[in-house]
Order: sequence, then structure tokens, then C-alpha cells
Amino acid sequence: MSIKLENVMYTYSPGTAYEIHALKNINLDIPDGQFIGIIGHTGSGKSTLIQHFNALVKPTSGTITYNGDDVWADKYDRRALRSEVGLVFQYPEHQLFENDVLSDVCFGPMNQGLSRAEAEKEARRALLQVGFKEENFSKSPFELSGGQKKRVAIAGVLAMNPKILILDEPTAGLDPKGRDDILDQIAELHKMRGITIILVSHSMEDVAKYVDRLIVMNHGEVAYDNTPKEVFKHYEELEKIGLAAPQITYIMHALKDNGLPVDADATTVAEAAESILKALKEKGGQKHA
Amino acid sequence: MLKDITIGQYYPADSIIHKLDPRVKFVGTMIFIVSIFIFNSFPGYFVAGLFLASMIALSKVPPKFMFKGLRAVFMLLMITVIFNMVLTPGDIVFKLGFIKVTREGLIMAGKMAVRLVFLISGSSIMTLTTTPNQLTDAMERLLRPLNRIHVPVHEIAMMMSIALRFIPILMEETDKIMKAQIARGADFESGNIIQRTKNMIPLLVPLFISAFRRANDLALAMEARCYHGGENRTQMKPLKYERKDYMAYLILIAYLAAAILFRVFKL
Ligand SMILES: Nc1ncnc2c1ncn2[C@@H]1O[C@H](COP(=O)(O)OP(=O)(O)OP(=O)(O)O)[C@@H](O)[C@H]1O
Ligand SMILES: [Mg+2]
Repeated sequence: MSIKLENVMYTYSPGTAYEIHALKNINLDIPDGQFIGIIGHTGSGKSTLIQHFNALVKPTSGTITYNGDDVWADKYDRRALRSEVGLVFQYPEHQLFENDVLSDVCFGPMNQGLSRAEAEKEARRALLQVGFKEENFSKSPFELSGGQKKRVAIAGVLAMNPKILILDEPTAGLDPKGRDDILDQIAELHKMRGITIILVSHSMEDVAKYVDRLIVMNHGEVAYDNTPKEVFKHYEELEKIGLAAPQITYIMHALKDNGLPVDADATTVAEAAESILKALKEKGGQKHA
Repeated sequence: MLKDITIGQYYPADSIIHKLDPRVKFVGTMIFIVSIFIFNSFPGYFVAGLFLASMIALSKVPPKFMFKGLRAVFMLLMITVIFNMVLTPGDIVFKLGFIKVTREGLIMAGKMAVRLVFLISGSSIMTLTTTPNQLTDAMERLLRPLNRIHVPVHEIAMMMSIALRFIPILMEETDKIMKAQIARGADFESGNIIQRTKNMIPLLVPLFISAFRRANDLALAMEARCYHGGENRTQMKPLKYERKDYMAYLILIAYLAAAILFRVFKL
């Protein structure tokens, strides 16, 4: 079970003056059960890339296979694919249309062939999962705040029970607590049900904390594809392409340069704290001796 | 997903035609269109064709973009040619059952085809080398005399440029909404007409809401900057004729004179 991209290229408006080569020769293998982060500067092709994973856009050249089958073959059932590979878009206002939140979230499951009652069950579960309050279920989606809309949009895809969940900057526009809540819920889903998560994010802290594989996009190409720890070792190169390592990495490097023997590759605050405590203990021990 | 439609199909390039005052290009296009109806013979069309070809060459727009517009009217062109061919009475050239093709019909069809092709490619030069904003500016200036009889020229021009500006934005928005709903299992392609119309609701509701929101935002932004209509309003880049524009007018007048002479002397 996996998504595989081979030599995928994508060009917007080919053959016109406004031609843009958004993706250039992408090769990726997305096996089951991973928690993958995608980072990259604005316009590096992240959103374009993830739309290839559920066959929303057809690559200009190259092939995409899901479980070994070419998704752009004539007979391939792309609707079935899209109910297994859920995609939450960057801007939630693009998909809300119903009179009330609950019906809107039911749209996906009902398209999968569930009855209204079954769909409602899934919708309630999904809404509660993303921390949306029950008392707001019957509100109009257009009366909600930006963050609430975002939650409804995520629930709209979660309710379809996808095997692979792709989220395009799900935390943009959320407050810090809301952001942590949603990411924790997603990490929980990943752990409990083993679904594959692909998270597009601009926050180095978030990806360092949650993902176990990090893909870095730069001008339509994959610049790095490794564990966050390995990727953030290249923090100087990352800066050259408009990115950065998590802030804690910089602190650790500064501490090390100033003579504290810490592990400079720590990428999360928890890891860093542990390493600093250990280093301090060692140092203290030396002084007393 | 949505094929790029060619409205406001500006092609950026660095050419003398791009740099001409949009009023010249507007008037020039009008003169060219009039000329292809004044010319009434194949030698005349040759002159018009030569003029058109040199403009295309000067504009530095690859000819394939010029002819893109022609693809859209290809059907119309074929129908015109065929009807003219078989319905014009005169000397019969050949017969196919009850269909008679006449010599006069062939000439007439040829003329119509040439005129249509020239008409479309002639106006393409203008839209390809002039941004929609420049064009509305030009119209505002050319129509300014109508202000005297209380036609709100500035307001009309403003509405036109806003509308033109919104077309690509709404196209892009439609594309994004469609994708978001397809990702949730929406189906815009199958089913009968009633089913399909119903299936459009998840697309149309967000689209209208976003259009109203954008309109509202724009109105607020304009008001916040104290925008008010035509009276005493100056422009950041006022249109001003330069030497090359006067030269262009001279060439246009010469061309129009040639067309009239061809007609008068029945060349
Ligand atoms: N609908 C479109 N038409 C034409 N060009 C597009 C379109 N969508 C994206 N592009 C272009 O393709 C490139 C990649 O865009 P994409 O949206 O994939 O970037 P991104 O990495 O998601 O950026 P962001 O971080 O801002 O979301 C950009 O240069 C962009 O201008
Ligand atoms: Mg994006």
C-alpha cells in the first residue's frame, strides 16, 4: 500500500506567456503509516505536489501509482481513490456551502454512499475530534470565525475516514492552543488508527515535534527527504532557500559554541532540555571533582 | 481543469506596438476593421494582409497566439464559407447532386473568409499588446466628450476595468472550489441534467459568497482611500501622445487613404 511518484513534472498554463514549471522531476514513495511533513518557501510547489497525491491534477509528465496501479489509467476509479486519500485545502472557505455545519460535514460521507443517519454519525465524531463544540453544530458555516471554519473543513474530510490524510497548512490562522489541539488530534489519529498523515506546514517547530519524515521543497524540486533531525543538520543550507531550523536548534548551537557540551542536533524543546540538563550535570560534576 | 479562456489575453513583450498609446491602437484597430470592408478586391486584401503581417511582426507576439483566437471562430468561418459557396447564384463550376458551386460563390466565400480572418487577427493584436486597464483608459479618454451630455464616462470605465480584473480571479476561485469539493467526493461530470444542476450547488454557493465578499472588500478599500468618481480626478499615468504616436497616426491615415483610393479606382 503506497503512493509512488515517478519523474512527475507539472506546468501551469503550458504553451502561454505565463508558463510556470511548478514541479520538476519529482520522485517520491509514500509507504503506509508514515507521518510526513512537507516544508518549502512560498511558491515552492507544496500545494501543487499534494494535489497529485489524490489525482486532482494530472501531471504534465511522469506517472503516479497507488498500490501499484497507475491512477491516470483510463479505467481507474479516481473517485474511490479520493475517498481513501483525503485532502484538506489551505483555505477552508472554498468548501463550505451548506446551511449548517453538520450538513456540510456530511457532504463527504454521503458522497461515499452512506445514508444521512450514518453520515451524521461520522460527522459528529469528526467534529468532536477536531475540538468543535456541539452547541455550534447547527450554526451556519458562514457565521464562524476563521479558525472554526478551518476545523469544520478538516472535519469534512476526516468524516470520510481516509486511509491517507493530507493537510495543507491546517494550523494557519489558529491560536497557539487551537494549533496544538488540532495537531495533537492528528497525531492521535496517526497512532490509534495507523493512517498516513502528510502535513504541509510553515512551522519548523510543528514538523520537528510531530513528523518522522520531512520533505523539503525548493523551486519545484525535492531538496531534502529525510528525518527532521537529519534535515535540520543542514540548517545553513535551509536558510539559503528561505527556510530555517527550529529556534531551539540555534540555541543549542550557540550553547555548544560557548563551551557547553550539548547535543546540537536536538530539534524539540523536550530533547533540548534533557540534553542541557545532562550537560550541566556533567559540567557540575567536573567542577566538584 | 478549466481551460484557460482567452479574455484579456495580454502577451507581455517589449515592442514598439506594446509601447504605443492605447488610444492609437484602439483607433488603429477601428481603421483596420473599416478598411477590410472598404477594400473589395483581392489586390486590396493583399495590401491589408501586408499591413496586418507587418503589425504582427512589429508586435513581437508569436503568431501562434494570434491564431489562437481564430480557433474559436473556426466553425463560424466554415459555415460562412459553405453557405456563400452554395447559395450564391451564377456560373456553375461543379455540381454535386443538388449542390451547385458557382464561380461567384467561390469568390464571395473567399472574400468573407479573408475578412473574418483579418477581423479576428486584427483585433487580437490590440488585445494581445494592450492590458485591459490601458484599454479602458483609452476608451475613457476617447469618450470624454460624452461627459458634456452627462454620460458618466469615468464611472463606466471604472466598472469595466474592475469587471475585467475580476474575470481571472473568479476563474481561479472556481478551479480551487471545484478541486476542494471533488476531494470530498463531489461529482461534476455524470448524471442527467437535473442531477448535474443539483451537483453544482456546492460549487456555486462558495463562489457567490466569495464574489460578494471580494466586492465588499474592494468597495471598503476604495472608500477607505476616499475614492470618488470622475470630477477633478487625475491619473497617476495620464495618457500622453508622443512622437511615435503621431507617426503611427500618419501611417494609419496613409493606410486608410490607400484603402479609399483602391475602392475609388476599383483596383
Ligand atoms: N492555478 C495556478 N495557475 C498558475 N500558476 C499557479 C497556480 N497555482 C500555483 N501556481 C504557481 O505554481 C507555483 C507553485 O505554487 P504552489 O501553490 O504549489 O506553492 P506553495 O508551495 O503551496 O506555496 P504557499 O506556501 O504560498 O502555499 C507558484 O509559482 C505559483 O505561482
Ligand atoms: Mg500552498
